[in-house]
Amino acid sequence: MYKIVEAKELVPNIYMMVVEAPRVAKKCNPGQFLIVRTDETSERIPLTICDYDREAGTVTIVFQTIGASTKVMADLKTGDSFHDVVGPLGKASELCDTPIDELKKKNILFVAGGVGTAPVYPQVKWLSERGIMADAIVGSKNKDLLIMEDEMSKVSNLYVTTDDGSYGRSGMVTKVIEDLVAEEKKYDLCVAIGPMIMMKFVAKLTKELGIPTIVSMNPIMVDGTGMCGACRVTVGDEIKFACVDGPEFDGHLINFDEAMKRQQLYKTEEGRKMLELTEGDTHHGGCGNCN
Amino acid sequence: MDVLKKVPVREQEAKVRATNFEEVCLGYNKEEAMEEAARCINCKNAQCVKGCPVSINIPAFVEQVKEGNIEKAYEVISESSALPAVCGRVCPQESQCEGKCIRGIKGEPISIGKLERFVADYASENGIKPAAATEKKGKKVAVIGSGPAGLTCAGDLAKMGYDVTIFEALHEAGGVLVYGIPEFRLPKTKVVAKEIENVKSLGVKIETNVIIGKSITIDELMEEEGFDAVFIGSGAGLPKFMGIPGETANGVFSANEYLTRSNLMKAFDEKSPTPIKRGQKVAVVGGGNVAMDAARTALRLGAEVHIVYRRSEEELPARVEEVHHAKEEGIIFDLLTNPVEILKDEAGWVNGIKCIKMELGEPDASGRRRPVEVAGSEFVIDVDTVIMSLGTSPNPLISSTTEGLDTNSHKCIVADEEFGKTSKEGVFAGGDAVTGAATVILAMGAGKAAAKGIDEYLSNK
Repeated sequence: MYKIVEAKELVPNIYMMVVEAPRVAKKCNPGQFLIVRTDETSERIPLTICDYDREAGTVTIVFQTIGASTKVMADLKTGDSFHDVVGPLGKASELCDTPIDELKKKNILFVAGGVGTAPVYPQVKWLSERGIMADAIVGSKNKDLLIMEDEMSKVSNLYVTTDDGSYGRSGMVTKVIEDLVAEEKKYDLCVAIGPMIMMKFVAKLTKELGIPTIVSMNPIMVDGTGMCGACRVTVGDEIKFACVDGPEFDGHLINFDEAMKRQQLYKTEEGRKMLELTEGDTHHGGCGNCN
Repeated sequence: MDVLKKVPVREQEAKVRATNFEEVCLGYNKEEAMEEAARCINCKNAQCVKGCPVSINIPAFVEQVKEGNIEKAYEVISESSALPAVCGRVCPQESQCEGKCIRGIKGEPISIGKLERFVADYASENGIKPAAATEKKGKKVAVIGSGPAGLTCAGDLAKMGYDVTIFEALHEAGGVLVYGIPEFRLPKTKVVAKEIENVKSLGVKIETNVIIGKSITIDELMEEEGFDAVFIGSGAGLPKFMGIPGETANGVFSANEYLTRSNLMKAFDEKSPTPIKRGQKVAVVGGGNVAMDAARTALRLGAEVHIVYRRSEEELPARVEEVHHAKEEGIIFDLLTNPVEILKDEAGWVNGIKCIKMELGEPDASGRRRPVEVAGSEFVIDVDTVIMSLGTSPNPLISSTTEGLDTNSHKCIVADEEFGKTSKEGVFAGGDAVTGAATVILAMGAGKAAAKGIDEYLSNK
């Protein structure tokens, strides 16, 4: 069992948990993910590692409730436990393998959307610990859904934007990229993490602007160790497994349209599980799958 | 009774079992087992033992069954095998012990597999456990992977008195026995979990959720956690795809994924939170045991299922019994047929598989006649789901993170057959990680050989 030492709802439907998982905490690096299960019958849920404390043996995860399984997860409180936590999975961010002197010469722009702020954070933090302050754009739908602003502002030059203009700049993250570039900012690398649709449009824009771009893919997975192949993504003319070859890839080579279609794979099944969970024995049809 | 024929084994009727996940074969009862055992002529120079990768003393255990001493029979088997209830169910006996049986020259061989299964089930039902070691060696061995190779190696080492810890990447122990082989061939709670309990009762510790190469490396296990030797039994690895257009369409799965969802994650059960695509019409590409397992799983989930295989029935790599069961249950075999493209609709969902007819040409390197395309014979099978069962390629997680561990041109770990020794001192390997995808019993044989190798290595250290 893996004890939850802290659990809190950051904003409606987005939760943060600090979990005891010494083996993961000892070895993980920014960019990697882990898999959790709440109890012995649960689904395996992959989540990017958001922070880690090697000495305390803990890792931090941030997740949004999107289906039945994440709803069950959200009910866990401080002091409860996960049945399983396994990791670290996937490759660490390329930044971790790049010599610091080289990184210092680069202007790096991070772009985060919604809950994607969580996986961006450890990368920005890792750089700041090495004396590099990167620019970071964090976008959210509105002020109430913005997460980790304080944490991010400590480790980056932060630009917040909201879709509805209720806080910070106004508009999508792509608009902020355009604005910053128009303000004569030059970037050698962009790291974008967020909803697939956001990463698609960021990659499209940075391609036009000639800024190499890394994105972090979060496809459907089962084992997370290369065994099942559910997570295959088309990168250029190659098919890669996000769990072992990624999760980070060259954003300019990803086939986002296909990746988005693949995310819909179990939508009906998920919806059905959700209805069963929320309606229980009172469920009387409407899901399109029951008798 | 006809001594030339096996005592028939009871099975669930094909039509009934095609709709459930209960075990197909019901096994012998004690009377039937004793009657079958009585057919054994107890050869002096028993060929069956030579056919067994773990060298079970078959005539000795069959003799005990004949006398009705089932507990004694279990003792004999346990000396050589840690997983008899599993092997009695999934070993290809027809090409091993039973294939060499003298009785089989004229008439049918002794039903050794079914007898082994009966003995193991009897022991399990009556709480009979294998005997643990009395003397401790005071040395630690790490076993990577809790599949058939790992469990066997761990069990044998524990019996010799070693302090053994198995590291398993998934959340549950058993490897392919839990994620790969379906419930209707190998019940998980009744059989696999109990065999694992038996291995644990020998003193073996199992730590789940540890991925060697990610959570910790082999070098760290030896340097920081004090393990004196390591056995790698990490299994087969990454699923292969064909490389044809449309393979990333929604509704194309690897057999590994499909089976893992159904077996490990229990998605066949409506109550499981893990989803599985219940297709209406499914094509399973491939002809091995895994393809049969995937096909029969899809059938039980309500689909019409086609096996699409590029050679003819004779070349099907699956066990005859599995093909027979699949046919009985209503699986359609589209033989001498090879997919060339997977068709999809606008939303990205599979709506057909375009195939080409094949004919057999000259024998290839494997000795089997090479399938050749028949020009202009393309046709489409309407399906909404395609399951690729084409084998696996090795997972590089361990080889790429272990200094001094050699791999061959197929990226499999190099280990000698006799003792499982690798190029790295104190590190042994066996099973699919070494051979590429093979059978449960061959992996067990390798685990057994490595246990001997490790014992010899540590005794001389």
